[in-house]
Amino acid sequence: MNRVSSAGRSTAGNPAEAATAKFCGHCGEPSDGGDGPTSGVHLRCGEQLTLEPPRYCAACRRRMKVQVTPLGWSAECSRHGGLAP
Amino acid sequence: MMIQTDVPTSDEISTATSAGTTYEILEIAREQVLEDGIGLTQSQLEEVLRLPDAALPAALQLAHEVRLKHCGEDVEVEGIISIKTGGCPEDCHFCSQSGLFDSPVRGVWLDIPELVKAAKETAATGATEFCIVAAVRGPDIKLMNQIKFAIDRINEAVDINIACSLGMLTQRQVDQLAEWGVHRYNHNLETARSYFPEVVTTHSYEERLETCTMVKSAGMELCCGALIGMGETLEQRAELAAQLAALEPHEVPLNFLNPRPGTPLENQGIMDGKDALRAIAAFRLAMPRTVLRYAGGRELTLGDLGTREGLMGGINAVIVGNYLTTLGRPATADLNLLVELNMPIKELQKTL
Repeated sequence: MNRVSSAGRSTAGNPAEAATAKFCGHCGEPSDGGDGPTSGVHLRCGEQLTLEPPRYCAACRRRMKVQVTPLGWSAECSRHGGLAP
Repeated sequence: MMIQTDVPTSDEISTATSAGTTYEILEIAREQVLEDGIGLTQSQLEEVLRLPDAALPAALQLAHEVRLKHCGEDVEVEGIISIKTGGCPEDCHFCSQSGLFDSPVRGVWLDIPELVKAAKETAATGATEFCIVAAVRGPDIKLMNQIKFAIDRINEAVDINIACSLGMLTQRQVDQLAEWGVHRYNHNLETARSYFPEVVTTHSYEERLETCTMVKSAGMELCCGALIGMGETLEQRAELAAQLAALEPHEVPLNFLNPRPGTPLENQGIMDGKDALRAIAAFRLAMPRTVLRYAGGRELTLGDLGTREGLMGGINAVIVGNYLTTLGRPATADLNLLVELNMPIKELQKTL
């Protein structure tokens, strides 16, 4: 899965993410940002994001429209486009 | 409760496990449930839920035997999907889709081509059931029209049984769904009658029962589930199993609370895995013939090992893949496990 909280890593599916991952996709709070080691703050969020899709846009913190299907999911920010596993 | 056939001395106490120990309630259940096919009563279920950890393997083994004898070795596989997510006017305290809580889940409608695509993908896993779910108090005309359209499009595209879960129904809506070929309808009790007011205030237990009763009377199969780990007592868990058994549902999906951010139950701890397994055994011993399905929360509560133990302890159906707003284990993980356990997937029998 493409974790929106992990700034600067995988960017597939969300063109806005690469440069602007400011927020955690799970809790919507400011992400750690950059390529430094993850602080404890979003550790649990990272775990949660293996069990559920992201709810917040990593670029702007808007709540995304999320659709879960039996074999996949998609999330869409009205400003920053779609995201999928 | 406990009959120790070989009473240990203090020196031997550490070795006195279930190997040399029998449990009266399990002996009774062996006669009453396994042999005679009569579910345990509420007070008997309390005893099962209070069994010590050492008795758990024996309880699960008995539940497994009951399942094999009264249901067979098949496992029923189902996929579920949300056609309308979020924005629900009800206040079920466990649910991230209530519009009354500050939950990150936004309102979304699924379009019909995507729904049909999901039905095809679900059928390709070997699933025989596809349940369309809407987060509503009950359906309005717009939703009913969408459901009718969806059923027709799915039936054109793929061979799979269609189930629905659309909240509380009127008699007319029950009749319409039955006429459109919906063969199973899901409406959960969720929790015991005595605990229900702590969990839901916007509708009553009676209203839930009314929909369940109408569904059965109309000839649809009733799928009526439980959500445990919401802070109910063991007695209330037994009460719930007994109340479900009294409804005689065709299927009981068993959910374990996955505390959702923003809901009133967000800080409820995840229930203990052994308690969850005791509940699985108890539900099977309450309902020897029902389809007892693994539903949401098992990934957190039971993990991989517990999932296997439950399938060898009374469970005979799974929701494959993802849930409505959260993700499940990969479908292949469950399907491979069924192969490993030598449990065949139930084949499609269209009830038309």
